[in-house]
Amino acid sequence: MKDLMKLTAVELGKKIQAKEVTVAEAVEAAFEQIEKKEKDLNCYVTVCDKEAVLARAAEVQKQIDAGELTGPLAGVPVAIKDNMCTKGLLTTCSSKILGNFVPTYTAEAVLNLEKAGAVIIGKANMDEFAMGSTTETSAYGVTKNPWNPEHVPGGSSGGSCAAVAAEECSYALGSDTGGSIRQPSSFCGVTGIKPTYGTVSRYGLIAYGSSLDQIGPVAKDVTDCATILETIASYDPKDSTSVKRDSYDFTSALMADASGLKIGIPKDYFGEGLDEEVKTSILNAVKVLEEKGATVEFFDFKLVEYAIPAYYVIASAEASSNLSRFDGVKYGYRTEDYDGLHNMYKKTRSEGFGPEVKRRIMLGSFVLSSGYYDAYYLKALRTKALIKKAFDEAFEKYDIIVAPAAPTTAPKLGESLSDPIKMYLSDIYTIAVNLAGLPGISVPCGMDSKGLPIGMQLIGDCFKENDIIRAAYTYEQCSKNA
Amino acid sequence: MKQYETVIGLEVHVELATKTKIFCSCSTQFGGAPNTHTCPVCTGMPGSLPVLNKQVVEYAMAVGLATNCTINQFCKFDRKNYFYPDNPQNYQISQLYLPICVDGGVEIETAAGKKTVRIHEIHMEEDAGKLIHDEWDDCSLVDFNRSGVPLIEIVSEPDMRSADEVIAYLEKLRMIIQYLGASDCKLQEGSMRADINISVREVGAEKFGTRTEMKNLNSFRAIARAIEGETERQIDLIESGQPVIQETRRWDDNKEYSYAMRSKEDAQDYRYFPDPDLVPVVISDEWLNEVKRRQPELRDEKLARYKEEFGLPAYDADILTGTKKLADIFEATTAICGKPKKVSNWLMVETMRLLKENNMEPDEIRFAPENLAKLIELVETGTINGNVAKKVFEEVFANDIDPEKYVEEKGLKMSNDTDEIKEIILKVMADNPQSVADYHAGKTKAMGFLVGQTMRAAKGKANPGIVNQLLTELLNQ
Repeated sequence: MKDLMKLTAVELGKKIQAKEVTVAEAVEAAFEQIEKKEKDLNCYVTVCDKEAVLARAAEVQKQIDAGELTGPLAGVPVAIKDNMCTKGLLTTCSSKILGNFVPTYTAEAVLNLEKAGAVIIGKANMDEFAMGSTTETSAYGVTKNPWNPEHVPGGSSGGSCAAVAAEECSYALGSDTGGSIRQPSSFCGVTGIKPTYGTVSRYGLIAYGSSLDQIGPVAKDVTDCATILETIASYDPKDSTSVKRDSYDFTSALMADASGLKIGIPKDYFGEGLDEEVKTSILNAVKVLEEKGATVEFFDFKLVEYAIPAYYVIASAEASSNLSRFDGVKYGYRTEDYDGLHNMYKKTRSEGFGPEVKRRIMLGSFVLSSGYYDAYYLKALRTKALIKKAFDEAFEKYDIIVAPAAPTTAPKLGESLSDPIKMYLSDIYTIAVNLAGLPGISVPCGMDSKGLPIGMQLIGDCFKENDIIRAAYTYEQCSKNA
Repeated sequence: MKQYETVIGLEVHVELATKTKIFCSCSTQFGGAPNTHTCPVCTGMPGSLPVLNKQVVEYAMAVGLATNCTINQFCKFDRKNYFYPDNPQNYQISQLYLPICVDGGVEIETAAGKKTVRIHEIHMEEDAGKLIHDEWDDCSLVDFNRSGVPLIEIVSEPDMRSADEVIAYLEKLRMIIQYLGASDCKLQEGSMRADINISVREVGAEKFGTRTEMKNLNSFRAIARAIEGETERQIDLIESGQPVIQETRRWDDNKEYSYAMRSKEDAQDYRYFPDPDLVPVVISDEWLNEVKRRQPELRDEKLARYKEEFGLPAYDADILTGTKKLADIFEATTAICGKPKKVSNWLMVETMRLLKENNMEPDEIRFAPENLAKLIELVETGTINGNVAKKVFEEVFANDIDPEKYVEEKGLKMSNDTDEIKEIILKVMADNPQSVADYHAGKTKAMGFLVGQTMRAAKGKANPGIVNQLLTELLNQ
């Protein structure tokens, strides 16, 4: 049965539709793998009750047998990042402050999956409130990299990516505010897409930086990612920032042909600070695309250095406000002993939040304070607009921009948290994409000498997911056959 | 003795009459069991997102247009961050940087003539929930039914100089907003709330004095008393050489005293920033024109038209337009019967009397204009006389009956039968010889008594004209 977890989500879905495998067998296989790996890796905050999952499996099986569920993901086990609300199922954001929070409703993206017959296996670990790049800021223990448990899986969707890599689920949902899908996908050797802002509803996603957050798929390959994205993406009137797109068809882009695609490589992304092995792997991967018909050109991409400060100002400002609702009044953790309202607020939040979350709340509160608002927040918004403009100009010339997903492969556990600034700087290749609202995909493109995976990031223009899906698929097919 | 003047500016909060809340589809109805009109959005559940109610924007535009504001066709919502348990997200969604309406004003009548009070801005925002302190269990409870009820805040310039001007301004706003149907504007129920900024300065001074903000004012009377009290307090401070401190004060209308809530130094930094969960509100020319086209006739225009079109005296027009309800009934009834002055009389005299007797507001009038129009026709055609009409109207007022049917069923039609009336008069004269004698002795008062007796004997149905004529004839025979 273990072999079932080696299949991609789409392959497993096909077997289930063909009645070669039952949904219950798929679920059993996932639990078997969790049993085997979870105690070493800690990919999940919550593994669902097996009986409950099997009951859900039976329900889905019935609908499949009745011909009501014919989609590619029906019956396939999925892990959901723990910042998406799931009705009746603990949702913690990997924070102590939501340690007992059971939502009364389900996030729209998850509902879309459930309608397609997905079976939720568990809630994946993450950096607390998605703040971090290693999954080490979780209040529920670090997640380890399945390729080498001495290394981090990346973050903040580290649990989702590690669970896919360790085959503790067939695929997962992650969220990406500054690289939180693409960077851990790269560290764990899996594929992940951060869609164009507004493509997947944020309703039910517990906000970190509202103007940057986007839910996306994490899976074994590009075909799975395109299929999952097609399932979760929708126009949602409950999310004012949701965009009514002309098309939600992403699987038609799965063509092993890069002809006509114009690829731009920002020189600034391949200079100082980038690990040589990572650089070589990515440039080799680009060569493969060139052989398959793409044109490739290096170009000067300005403003790179401003993306990180602008991002940390905007994301922290929004976070400082978004996280103020966690106050011990309505739900979640409340301190044991307190003297009056303000003391309750203070103790609850001091005890409930971890150090990285507190750091960003303080930073965000500071940049929004009167007297500093113009100098920091407004300036960051102007920088954001300039970065968007720089991308717009680049996309006049190119269809795809190629970048690393991270400057190195996965660092060792404990290395990053000691120096937060260094950790922030490692987001350099992913952050600008969120500021500009663009889609990005990370695909595995080799291993370094330590045996850790390397990821290539392909960035597309707004609503042009199909360009990057096509290029990623082309590369994936060539590297598979090579 | 120095002469001082009071300088007053107002922040008026008005609860809009939408069916649903500003950012979710929960009911705005007042008085539900605690936390029954709630959902993830208005209780600040993690992951929930706001979606703007279009009707809120339309009401805000309508009020802005009616108060001569410029409508910002590109406006935004901002978050006002502060911690309080009645505020489930710990930020209020409001408008700071780009409010929907700016630079307006309304004209008020003052003792010294007409005056314009300028409006700085009108912005849209959400109301908070309600805290209930349970003294018995020594705990506080939150009811989020009111959380997310839409408000507009109308911010005036410091253009008022007395309590009378403030009340004239508030009455003007209330009238406009009620006419628009945007709110019922009840101070006691909190659907209209005013915070008052007051400072004093010497007459002739150019610079404003230091202001204080007064909260918790829920009647016109409390507002007037608070203004007087605060003016006096500030003058006393200045006279005794002490500074006025910029602070927020809470008025206690029972004690007729205000106490400091917080000073400027303790003022919170609300860390306003644009709400990233909401997109800017873009008001197209078409939408704005559509709202303009739908604007109802407001009071000032109605007042002029009633005098012009219906030839009503200024006094009548003033009372009829005093509430939209009366004006609506007047227009609807006049449209049916075509007798504006008669309609006006019924509304101004009998309707007002009955409202007063029953301690009711014009908004509580229940009768249909059709029935008042029918009643007027019954009188005009001589079917019933005036006294009967008043009795019938009481039934119309209380139970909205159909006067035609009622008169028919109760047999209240006026009698024009001279023989029958003559018979009654002769009997009344025979029964009251003293009055007949008094009349002949020149006491004309006796005539009135005999008319009254006749009407009574005729159960009110006799045509009073015929009674008068016949009685005079018979007495003088």
